[in-house]
Amino acid sequence: MAESYSVPRPDVPMPQTRESKARTALTRVGFDFKGHGFRGLLSASVGLSLFALFFLLYGVTSDGIPVLAERGWDFLSSPLSADPSRTGVWQGLKGTIQLVVFILVFAVPVGMASAVYLEEYAEDTWFTRFVSLNIRNLAGVPSVVYGILGLSVFVKFLGDFTGGRSVISAGFTLSILVLPLVIIAAMEALRAVPQSHREGAFGLGATRWEVIRHQVIPYAMPGIATGIVLSVLRALGETAPLILVGAVSGFFTTGDQNVVEDLQGPFTALPMLIFSWARQPKAEFEELTSAVIVVTLFVLLLSTLAAVLVRNRFEKRRQG
Amino acid sequence: MITNSPVAELDVIEHAGLSALPQPNPVVFEIGNLSVFYGDALAVKDVTMNVREHQITAFIGPSGCGKSTVLRCLNRMNDLIDGARVQGMVSYHNVDLYDPAVQAVEVRRRIGMVFQKPNPFPKSVFENIAFGPRLNGIKKKSDLSGIVEQALRKAVLWDEVKDRLKDSAFGLSGGQQQRLCIARALAVEPDVLLMDEPCSALDPIATGRIEELLQEIASTYTIVIVTHNMGQARRISEQTAFFLTRLDEVSDSRYGVLVEYDNTEKVFTDPSDKRTLQYIMGQVG
Repeated sequence: MAESYSVPRPDVPMPQTRESKARTALTRVGFDFKGHGFRGLLSASVGLSLFALFFLLYGVTSDGIPVLAERGWDFLSSPLSADPSRTGVWQGLKGTIQLVVFILVFAVPVGMASAVYLEEYAEDTWFTRFVSLNIRNLAGVPSVVYGILGLSVFVKFLGDFTGGRSVISAGFTLSILVLPLVIIAAMEALRAVPQSHREGAFGLGATRWEVIRHQVIPYAMPGIATGIVLSVLRALGETAPLILVGAVSGFFTTGDQNVVEDLQGPFTALPMLIFSWARQPKAEFEELTSAVIVVTLFVLLLSTLAAVLVRNRFEKRRQG
Repeated sequence: MITNSPVAELDVIEHAGLSALPQPNPVVFEIGNLSVFYGDALAVKDVTMNVREHQITAFIGPSGCGKSTVLRCLNRMNDLIDGARVQGMVSYHNVDLYDPAVQAVEVRRRIGMVFQKPNPFPKSVFENIAFGPRLNGIKKKSDLSGIVEQALRKAVLWDEVKDRLKDSAFGLSGGQQQRLCIARALAVEPDVLLMDEPCSALDPIATGRIEELLQEIASTYTIVIVTHNMGQARRISEQTAFFLTRLDEVSDSRYGVLVEYDNTEKVFTDPSDKRTLQYIMGQVG
């Protein structure tokens, strides 16, 4: 049997056959310390992130879930109140949803259109490069700065139209905040469309508009959709600009209003509630803060889920 | 061209009586002193040649010799590259393609193109072919079905895909995808088919099928094909243009030139330029 040769026996010196030479050469290097060390480092990093995340989630849910369990639907549907046992997040939930609608209606179309222009139409000159660079810079500007812009432009200058410290002002402010993010995400997605794909359509005599409409945008859509959702999620969590454009941090009542009055009236949003409740001196508000964080996390989770579904749909359509 | 009509036979006899050589096909493309620049860099210099109707013309030569660049001037595909500039003349049936009144989109509807890598759209087989006709305003499903079937038959792909017209084109093999791209180009009923190394990503069997297909449709289409494969040029083309890179000593930059353009048989057996002989013998390139 061949195997009997391959078992090294201490009493008999191994004959220097081709096999034994090959065996020594192939098994010379022992345990791969560097490789396993690197892998260990990577998994430790994942562990650290998970630990931080778990710690946060545990802290929030252990305080917040009992409130939600006790108050249930009442907590979600009640308006704000100074009485911790009666206050609810309805106005914050509504404000956040209104802000998302504003972003989807204003920032997304304008952002996509700008991206298509910059990627597909604009010639590659120093000016377009300058514009692209500035858009990237804008994406990094602290959100407080957008808040100041919103305060001076939408709340003060256009106050007659926006109603001052209203959801309209906040909606426009957040739209401008996410605009650079939407443009960058859409530009990246458009850039990822293979040139051969465009050429194929041009080669059949399609006009630039037809190529973009029928080939480029459908191909880039999953990427664009993901970018849009990430931008919206970013806006959902913004608090600083809302404080500046005057989201209500105490409580307010909303009586009978028509749509315009509602949009021009006082408003608040979920992250704003977290901020204002966390500052309340009453001890009960500590648990309420955790509860509203849980609600916010749930809204974020739902949005991400929706994003995945939308993305899959576009990807399926892309396969034909 | 093989036909059995008595008129065609008479034609041949008449020509035979007038001269020993058959009358050459009419000229489709007239290229005169064509130079192409990308930005400031010269890519091809002073190409002059005529491409004739209803036959296959092959462009051969080493990488970077400008054969694809010249090909892409024939349907204004170079317009899509930022900074590409053309000097000299390219005319199609005596119409200057670079005349400001000429619409590049209309040029490309009549002069179709097939690319190096198969590039089907991420849609179904049917929708890939129907895309072009739809652009031309054909909307009725029954009309489209007819066009799609005809195009697929011409590209000898119908029998393989007739049951999977609704499936994604990405499910086809590389060779099938390339024939799909040919069918897609034929569906808009072009006059000319430009092919930029259409077989370089395919295996020999798929290549063979495409070569057969090209020879079949060459009787009704004018085909210009860029190829790396000298055997392919020799097998399928009537005319061969040989391009080569030249080094500009002053600026130390390279550009392509047309070295020789003649009947394929002549180019491969008795070239008039020494550089062509070296290239086909495999001594350079």
